[in-house]
Amino acid sequence: MSKLIALIILLSGIMGLTHAASTVDVLAFESEQQQRRYKALIDEFRCPKCLNTNLSGSDAPIAQDLRRSVYRLVRDGHTDQHIRDFLQQRYGDFVLYKPPFSGRTAFIWLIPIGLLLLGMAVLFALQSRGRRQQAVALSAAEIKRLNELISSDD
Amino acid sequence: MTRAQLFVPLILFLVICGVGYVGFSLNDRHQLPSALLHKPFPEFHAASLLDTERRISKKDLLGRPTLVNVWATWCPTCKSEHDELLRIAAGTDVRLVGVNYKDDSVQARNWLSQFGNPYELVIVDADGAIGVELGVYGAPETFLLDRSGKVVYKRVGDVNPRIWRDELQPRFADLGVRVDPGMVGWQ
Repeated sequence: MSKLIALIILLSGIMGLTHAASTVDVLAFESEQQQRRYKALIDEFRCPKCLNTNLSGSDAPIAQDLRRSVYRLVRDGHTDQHIRDFLQQRYGDFVLYKPPFSGRTAFIWLIPIGLLLLGMAVLFALQSRGRRQQAVALSAAEIKRLNELISSDD
Repeated sequence: MTRAQLFVPLILFLVICGVGYVGFSLNDRHQLPSALLHKPFPEFHAASLLDTERRISKKDLLGRPTLVNVWATWCPTCKSEHDELLRIAAGTDVRLVGVNYKDDSVQARNWLSQFGNPYELVIVDADGAIGVELGVYGAPETFLLDRSGKVVYKRVGDVNPRIWRDELQPRFADLGVRVDPGMVGWQ
């Protein structure tokens, strides 16, 4: 058992290392803050070639080019928003994991709110129905008969 | 439970089927909309592949409908579409411009002299910087520009006889490009 655990720890360590190693570019930054911004930005964008990998996680040539573009823009002192606009103007909403609200994307943004409202409506309907059913009181004769029925068992 | 309520599960099931059908049929990456469509072609300045003295810029693409084809010698699909590009170059009045994308210029020149050159101009984009401006994420990609340099159509993937017949030929007609009678319709 302990051998198995050791193996799992070893394997997960190796996997973690290969994942980290696949994305290392050797780049020089003027400040640590610039480097942090670069890392956050390349994590934020989706690689246009690969359907579900971000720029930092992809080895596709286009991801390397776009990482270089982001690096250049960060080094040139552009704001994060300017860099987002730069990529969006060239590659469209596809590169953004959080697409802006528009006619085309309204559906995906509104569905969670719609489902929440639907759930609340169902909950409310069930509760009010339950309340209506509880409100039936028994008459004196019914209580007497109920007691007779219960006690007749013994 | 009323009679109408009995249909709720069926209706929910049909709605899920509908969403699934639309969702899965959207999964065609060639329909990825180009951010450049209906926008002016970006400004650029680059070297010419065939005339090393010359510089090419956006104004060389204006004045006539122009087909800009992004290609490279390392791209097998570019080889497979090459014959169709040669046919379009010979049979129409469109200006065909190549963008030699992330390629070796010597190999690219050899490739053109070996397989034939459909292009009036070839732009050198050795580091892919013009590709980024164009939103290119692979090769080949093809852009159709009107006289004013606005992008009216983009194709990701090869230009083949079907694309010629269904996509390019009607747009050539809209732009008033002369097409040889032999090029009209299915080949």
